[in-house]
Amino acid sequence: MQSHKIISSEDARRKHGLRVIAVLAVLIVIMFIISVNTGYIRLTPLELLDTLFGKGTDKQELILFQFRLPRIVISLLIGTALAVSGAVMQGVFRNDLADPGILGINAGAGLMVMLLISFYPTTSAAPVYLLPVVAFAGAACTAALIYSLAYKRHQGISPIRLLLTGVAVAAGMSAAMIVLTLRLDPDKYQFVATWLAGSIWGTSWKFVLSLLPWIVILLPYVIYKARVMNVLNLGEQTATGLGANVSREQFRLLAAAVGLAASSVAVSGGIGFVGLVGPHLARRLVGPKHQLMLPASALIGALLVIAADTIGRRILQPSEIPTGIVVAVIGAPYFLYLLARTKS
Amino acid sequence: MNQQAVSGSGLDEKAKRLKLRSRPWAATLILIGGLIVLALGIAISVSFGAADIKLSVVWTAVFHFNPEITDHQIIRELRLPRVLGGVMVGASLAVAGAIMQGMTRNPLADSGLMGINSGAGFALAVCFAFFPGLPFMYLILYSFVGAGAGAGIVYGVGSLAKGGLTPARLVLAGAALSALLSALSEGIALYFRIGQDLAFWYAGGLAGTKWFQLQIMSPWVIAAILGAIVLSRSITMLSLGEDIAKGLGQRTGLVKLAGTLIVLILAGASVAVVGAVGFVGLIIPHLTRYLVGVDYRWIIPCSAVLGALLVVGGDLTARMINPPHETPVGAIIALIGVPFFLYLARKERREL
Repeated sequence: MQSHKIISSEDARRKHGLRVIAVLAVLIVIMFIISVNTGYIRLTPLELLDTLFGKGTDKQELILFQFRLPRIVISLLIGTALAVSGAVMQGVFRNDLADPGILGINAGAGLMVMLLISFYPTTSAAPVYLLPVVAFAGAACTAALIYSLAYKRHQGISPIRLLLTGVAVAAGMSAAMIVLTLRLDPDKYQFVATWLAGSIWGTSWKFVLSLLPWIVILLPYVIYKARVMNVLNLGEQTATGLGANVSREQFRLLAAAVGLAASSVAVSGGIGFVGLVGPHLARRLVGPKHQLMLPASALIGALLVIAADTIGRRILQPSEIPTGIVVAVIGAPYFLYLLARTKS
Repeated sequence: MNQQAVSGSGLDEKAKRLKLRSRPWAATLILIGGLIVLALGIAISVSFGAADIKLSVVWTAVFHFNPEITDHQIIRELRLPRVLGGVMVGASLAVAGAIMQGMTRNPLADSGLMGINSGAGFALAVCFAFFPGLPFMYLILYSFVGAGAGAGIVYGVGSLAKGGLTPARLVLAGAALSALLSALSEGIALYFRIGQDLAFWYAGGLAGTKWFQLQIMSPWVIAAILGAIVLSRSITMLSLGEDIAKGLGQRTGLVKLAGTLIVLILAGASVAVVGAVGFVGLIIPHLTRYLVGVDYRWIIPCSAVLGALLVVGGDLTARMINPPHETPVGAIIALIGVPFFLYLARKERREL
């Protein structure tokens, strides 16, 4: 009887979770249609379908396939990657406020990307496939640096010290970035400023292709690890007792999270708060089980970035507001709210 | 007051004594020596630049001004206001940081970290967008209001938190608020096409300092720093803990109010002139406390001198790194400030 109840509530929860995920998917499709239609030239849904199946005018095809679609796809990929990255970090550090942006990992990736770009005459001349790789190197070094700075013998890592260290390292990285870019090429200052504000600058298919392998490999890996993350959430001692090799699993998961964050930073600059808000909303909607929480985070993150990107493009046509700014306006108050709610 | 030789076993004892001692001699030395070095720094800063000008020419430009000579013009109109602005901003931010750290007993307090600077910056963005052409006087006033609002929000969030206002909480709330406000400022700048004005205002940093700005600012800043020195005894008491201060008959609420006002004036004025420069208010008070002990009657004036030195030095460095292009002075100081902050965050014993 008792067990039966548990199973049924478990079942109900799973059904509810799947319903939520279905609704999110529908919302993303709606947002996709709105986003495709945002811009100087409108396409009716019929025209859109025609163009998608290759029956549109040349002009329509150009706009859709060369400008809007790659950008939308990139928004979705970035949102997914950042949200899942945040979910993993929150799980591994058992810290509700962890997020690749706040922890300074985005800044580290950005610094390396900036360095790579500065060796090429124009920003578009840089080899696109190298970008995520270099970003990953920067992000991994930053993560290691933050971890070692926040680690204290006999105390391990206190969640709040980790965040403080991250905030400081991020500030330092940004300052270094400004100094370096000015030194290397004063003309790129403007580019760095917008890039740091989180504007999706890589908006062509080659960027999609350079981002895709990272996400296609790392995302399933993390979702495959959902069970392990559930165990890790019980605390280190319990997890060890249940037979998990805690430090190894933590390391692997963190490496995956860093990879996801870094690859998205490589094409979008510093979009913060997605990794914070996505997992939180997901937890509220489908509960803490990672099997459901991770896919839900991914979808919420994708929805958030595509919505922010669309808003940023729509508000003041023909110029646009960097996506990161729109996300920060939504995300920062939420962070403050969480900060006021969490216990010391 | 003479220092004993440091021996391994005596280290702990020495640290204890350092912590609970005031060292007026060291403080006097810092004040006098610091002012001399500052004067030198000012002289170097004025004579060094895209066009190097002999010190003797600087002297005549200041004391026997001749508008016919280009060098005199450069010095009078560009370099002097710039370096004096640096002195003023450095002193202001350092004193503001010292007061905040003393009053809140929070080692990580700094106007840049606590959202005060970004609040002032946001207020400026709003001014540029909605009331273009406001006189500088009003800009300063609004940046005070913005500074106050920023501080209020960060304090509010920090206080609402279960477990109260820990140093780390304040820093995190400050970081989030800064992210939000700078995003909003950028959004406003883009929307109203005032990005150029704002960027000029900020990127100009110290370079854009004008005489009239200094004229409007200096009475405020001087009054605020004098006020801080008057308050310094009460701040020392507060820094021992609120209960102790109350026990000694202090009206803590009044002192805190006065201190907060002074901080807002100093931070607001600084941001209005050079934009947001962080970390000065964090580093300098710590350094000063280490050098002169725990008495805020010494800490506040010494912080002012050392803060001025840091910003003038930072500005010199920023001009030397990549001439003729300028590096924002804030970035240079952040590069010094971040490692220091990390060191403090590690040292923090209490459960943050």
